[in-house]
Amino acid sequence: MSAATKAPAAPGRADLKVVILVPAALLALAVLPFVLPTYQVSVATQILIFAVLAMSIDVLAGYAGRTSLCHGAIFGVSTYVVLYGSTVAGLPVLASMVVGVLAATVLAAVFGVLAVRTSGVYFLLLTLALGLIVWGVCLRWTAVTGGENGLRGQLQVGAFAQPRALYLAVLAGAAVMSFGMWRFVHSPFGLTLRGIKDSESRMRSLGYNVPLHLVIAFTVSGFFAGMAGAMYAVFNNFVSPSTVQLSQSVAGLLMAIVGGIGTLFGSVVGAFLIIALEQAVSLYTERWLMVLGAMFVLIMIFAPEGVVGKARALLARSAQRRGRQ
Amino acid sequence: MMDRRQFLKTTAGATAATAIGAPAIVQAQGSGPIRIGLLAPLTGVVASGGREMVDGFTMFWEQQGGTLAGRKVEIVTEDDASNPDTALQKARRLVEQANVHFLCGDLLANTGLAVANYVKGNGVPYFIPIIAADDLTQRARIPNVIRIAGYSASQTTHPLGDWAWKQGFKKLATIGQDYTFGHEQCAGLARVFSENGGKVVQQLWHPLNTADFSPYLGQLAGAGVDAVFTMQTGADGTRFIQQWANFGLKGRIPLMGSMNCTDQSVIRTMGAEPEGIITPAHFAEGSDNPATQKFVKDYEAKFSKTPSLYGFSMYSGAMWIARALEKVRGEAENRAAFLDAVRTTELTDSPLGTAVRLDAYGNPIYDIMIRKVVKRGDGKFWNVPTDTYPGVSQFWKYDPETYMKQPPYSRTYQAIKT
Amino acid sequence: MSLFQLLNGLTFAALLFVVASGFTLIFGLLRIVNLAHGALYLFGGYVGYTVGTHTGSFALAAVAAMASVALIGLILDQGLLRFVRGFELRQVLLTLGVAFMLNDLALVIWGGDTFTVPVPSFLQGAIVQFGVFYPKFRLFVLLVGVLVFVGLWLLLNRTRLGALIRAGVDDAEMVEASGINIRRVFLLTFMLGSALSGLGGLLGGAFLTLYPSADSEILVFSLAVVIIGGRGSLEGAAIGSLFIGLFNTFGQVWFPELAYFVIFGPMALLLAFRPLGLFGRAA
Repeated sequence: MSAATKAPAAPGRADLKVVILVPAALLALAVLPFVLPTYQVSVATQILIFAVLAMSIDVLAGYAGRTSLCHGAIFGVSTYVVLYGSTVAGLPVLASMVVGVLAATVLAAVFGVLAVRTSGVYFLLLTLALGLIVWGVCLRWTAVTGGENGLRGQLQVGAFAQPRALYLAVLAGAAVMSFGMWRFVHSPFGLTLRGIKDSESRMRSLGYNVPLHLVIAFTVSGFFAGMAGAMYAVFNNFVSPSTVQLSQSVAGLLMAIVGGIGTLFGSVVGAFLIIALEQAVSLYTERWLMVLGAMFVLIMIFAPEGVVGKARALLARSAQRRGRQ
Repeated sequence: MMDRRQFLKTTAGATAATAIGAPAIVQAQGSGPIRIGLLAPLTGVVASGGREMVDGFTMFWEQQGGTLAGRKVEIVTEDDASNPDTALQKARRLVEQANVHFLCGDLLANTGLAVANYVKGNGVPYFIPIIAADDLTQRARIPNVIRIAGYSASQTTHPLGDWAWKQGFKKLATIGQDYTFGHEQCAGLARVFSENGGKVVQQLWHPLNTADFSPYLGQLAGAGVDAVFTMQTGADGTRFIQQWANFGLKGRIPLMGSMNCTDQSVIRTMGAEPEGIITPAHFAEGSDNPATQKFVKDYEAKFSKTPSLYGFSMYSGAMWIARALEKVRGEAENRAAFLDAVRTTELTDSPLGTAVRLDAYGNPIYDIMIRKVVKRGDGKFWNVPTDTYPGVSQFWKYDPETYMKQPPYSRTYQAIKT
Repeated sequence: MSLFQLLNGLTFAALLFVVASGFTLIFGLLRIVNLAHGALYLFGGYVGYTVGTHTGSFALAAVAAMASVALIGLILDQGLLRFVRGFELRQVLLTLGVAFMLNDLALVIWGGDTFTVPVPSFLQGAIVQFGVFYPKFRLFVLLVGVLVFVGLWLLLNRTRLGALIRAGVDDAEMVEASGINIRRVFLLTFMLGSALSGLGGLLGGAFLTLYPSADSEILVFSLAVVIIGGRGSLEGAAIGSLFIGLFNTFGQVWFPELAYFVIFGPMALLLAFRPLGLFGRAA
């Protein structure tokens, strides 16, 4: 049996790991805001939001084999809609968030349909172009988006006015999203996607409607990116064309890559590493862009499978060696 | 002054150590250093302006000896990367981790708006000598956001409209960057000029970072106007002025511009192309006022370049803060008293050489000079005043409350009287 | 619209062609989408500016710009890209990382001010013909664009190296299998493509100025040209440049509000429905 296709985990030991580790991790994360100072709590909130964005990118890249550069734009569109809804349209915050996620999902569906015939580098370039179009619209449609000034509001109402409470709400949201994405990629649909990633022609000859699967995958991935974007709106109280620009998509992609494409939870690690690194580096120097670029280069050369990917590979190798003894 | 990195590291360590069981930091009132959070774009599209902001600001405090009212002054500088999301992040870090007493700076209007939105919620004083978005001191003003030593976009162009009419120009065309700052500056000119009886025949707008102005220059050349007004900042200014000369329009059609157009940050890397351009401003580095000349000499000695608006405004802003702090004997913790002192300070020793004070809405009142770009003795070019309009506020001659009832200037509302 | 606007579009197209021709060569032969291409343009321009202002010679500046950027291309290919040969996506993302680094390095070395590459005196000023007053330098750029096209066409169609490149664009494996040192051909192509970008930076730096975000702007234009014209096709790059150059100019005059969409729109549509562009052929 090749490493690419995994048999369903044997019950007992594997489940025990999940049952213990996941609640433990969640508990540790829930306790954080009580031990960290205010600013670090807001950084942690940011990490959680971007982890969800990176995971949504991984759903498409790691499980359907399509690397995209427009998820930042989808994320940002949700942020825009939430801010527009709660300031200009006067909707309650939660209702705006629902509309925001809806908008992101619809946009992802449209992008998915446009991009369904491409793959690899062309898919990357097409999503890049689509993301640029979104940015152009946000910049020029001043009447709705506020142009380069963007939109601002005060969305941290009621309980969410406290950074600690906001963090816990985002943590809950991120946990639910992660669980949703995990279930999605491990569902029969997710397995089909992995089949498509491995060999499209084989899946087609087996009778699967590959384009439909890809469009659905794109849409679902966009849904989760939209959820992250909605949370960002509440966290930031502000949106501008910078939120949808290419660098946002690049950052999300880098987090997914650093963590490990195809590992899903690697994105959490990736988001943490990138944001923590940015915080640390910017204390000493303005050369963050240089450091980020260097990271990109080094990861591509030495660890393209990311941190978690590499860890898994090492663990698998040592398990193999143990098995042979 | 303590190095900001050293400062932030020790603060991070201290906060981490005391955080458990005591998440809030309690400060002794009126002791310890005064901490200023300085935000500026040190990377990104407007990096050169950001650099000068930091230079001008720190130059003042160094001249002061780095102390005020017996307390050390610490400046913690953060790069906002010409990006509002980053500006927000850094503002949070400055306020929540570095525990600064107040924030100052930012260059691009959208970074300023983002940070203003943040301080609206927590009351931290935020001073914006460079951000010129009209509404921050008009319809959308926030009590703890004050535009010390700054200006509102249309403040300098209102008098230019009057001056243009007095020159005998009857028909004008404008070309400006297509964003709020551009709309507001052009509108100031268009409104006053048209109210005097002039005609604004054509208005062109181009996106920020337009590299190639040739399509617009073609239209301007054929518009049949007496003069052209251009609103540009940064690299767009450099390119517009160069291409205006390259296409033979220099000398053929009189050119007026916004203050930032012929700012030193734009013209110091050019040759003779900007010569003769007329711009309205409160600051003219070529003015023979002794206070201005002293400032220019000091700045040139320290940084080997003639000061731009960015350096001057932040220097004046620092001076304003210092005078206000002196009034409250250095008690930066007492926000209400400090803000009140800022609002009532009259800056008598500003490099402008004239006294400057704020109007009732948080924006300074200036003598606006109509300047011309001329060559000076050493072959460099600078802005020299030719006429002055004394005591111009952000509302020109209009009544503030009536003014604010109208919509804000925008691309579609240029307040042109027909 | 008028001769004036037509010239504006053509001269801008010429600059785009110089830059995009390099991009399409690299994309066509090496299958690498070099996202650092814009940074190479900017770097070349800055180097050309420094050499030009210190020596007063535009020719020396041109040589310096092209040589320095070809050198960076050499380092990029031999030092970094060699580790990810065959992995298309990794190559693309690696070049993106390099683009960030070069952009920041340029900011450190030259600062954020806007610079103009000095132009020799015989190219300053304007020509007055047919009632149009047009800058000489822009016409010079148009001439250079034509010369680059002719030069590249001769290279690709009349030299052995060119034949190898064309064969490699069609089928790299087969060329390799016939015993030719395809690696050297690849490297030379990469350096040539980079040098063209550097030359573009020098020219662009003279009439459009150099500033920190020029790299991403020219990169987007190059991507649009190559996507419309087709990967690896010289004619495609020429047609694409004309299309984008004229579209951009007339778009600015007729639809100023839609400034960006006249470029991104066609680009996205083509990618969605005809990814190979007008003249590209399937790998």
